[in-house]
Amino acid sequence: MAFEGSDGGDKAQRFRAAALPYLNDVYTLARYLLRNPADAEDAAQECYLRAFRHFETFRGGPIKPWLLAILRNVCRAEYARRGVAALQSESLDAAEQCVKGLWSEGDASPEASTLGRLDGETVQRLIAALPDQFREAIVLREINDLSYREIADVTGAPVGTVMSRLARARALLRDAWIAEERGP
Amino acid sequence: MTCDEAAVLLHALIDGELDAGHAREVEAHVASCARCAAQLAAYRDLRQTLRGNNLSYTAPPSLRGSIDKAVPSPAATSRRAVLKGFALGSIVSAAAAASVAFVVVRGDRDSRILGEAVSAHLRSLQADHLTDVLSSDRHTVKPWFNGRIDLAPPVIDLTAQGFTLIGGRLDFIDGKPVAAIVYRRRVHVINLFVMQGMGPALPAPKLQVIQGFNILRWSDQGFYLLAVSDLAQDELGEFQSKFETAARAARAS
Repeated sequence: MAFEGSDGGDKAQRFRAAALPYLNDVYTLARYLLRNPADAEDAAQECYLRAFRHFETFRGGPIKPWLLAILRNVCRAEYARRGVAALQSESLDAAEQCVKGLWSEGDASPEASTLGRLDGETVQRLIAALPDQFREAIVLREINDLSYREIADVTGAPVGTVMSRLARARALLRDAWIAEERGP
Repeated sequence: MTCDEAAVLLHALIDGELDAGHAREVEAHVASCARCAAQLAAYRDLRQTLRGNNLSYTAPPSLRGSIDKAVPSPAATSRRAVLKGFALGSIVSAAAAASVAFVVVRGDRDSRILGEAVSAHLRSLQADHLTDVLSSDRHTVKPWFNGRIDLAPPVIDLTAQGFTLIGGRLDFIDGKPVAAIVYRRRVHVINLFVMQGMGPALPAPKLQVIQGFNILRWSDQGFYLLAVSDLAQDELGEFQSKFETAARAARAS
């Protein structure tokens, strides 16, 4: 009977194969959450170190949501460090106000249903300007390509909340998009 | 359905998150409501426009490099060194290099399968989902797999030999459904995964330790069997030999 002991190398190898392909996803979410390339790099690195340390606790299934959940925790710690928590909830309230009812005038007119083209950088800027919870929801859905269930797992919010945040995020983004097209 | 409800649900419709019943309800509402129809069109357009742009960021190579450095990889470096030898070597080695690459790839798959087997074992213990069919009667467990999986796993009752058959379960390893046959020895659970198409047959049973669990693998009659347990190695070996003996006897009868 052959016997091979397991070692750290085996774990490292499995971790690399499973987790490294999602580095761009992790880095992208970090960029949108932290809105700063240097902080995003630090957060992504910290995310991978934590993920590796806790790889034993990963229970199989898709690894991307697991990584993004860790990244999100890292980013929240960074928010706390920056002391922006108060600011954040304030801007959230403001956002709740401005999307009270998803209807605004002009919404129903068919000619408004098609958006003009904006370049990628501009769209990235518009998304980055959304309030935290909405920004997070729309990035996880549209860019990281997670399902509602996975977004719920990553953000710790019920699926219904994910759905309504996404609805608001899209309403806000669309308004911002139209405002951008009209120019200052 | 009211417009307020539709205003949120149409997003789930766009995202393909609604079951057929709810999707029909939203579509029926949209068909009779110009305002909601315009909203649906507008958000479909937004979604399409977003998808048309590349909004991802690419991780800088320096980040990739520093993560790569931070995660230890003795195995990976030694393998790279082997391949580098071929690259530096000569023209003769092209075929040899190809076969090494094959071994390296297979090795990765191998460790992935072992890792997934341990994960499946842990899941079965923690998620209160040890068995889908709970029976110590092999004539109940074996037919249960019919139609659920395209192989007829050997289900052997080893109760008399000290390993109690608990039941069976469907699990997933290497992206494929596999049969998990569950045994118990005192307080220890053994998950026996039965698979097919896992590469060449193993010439002899192979014991490995992954994350503190003992894994014993062997091949039999085209099946690839993998037992995971926290049971001591000699007892897991005993399980394997009793299983084999009983399986041979069952085939002969």
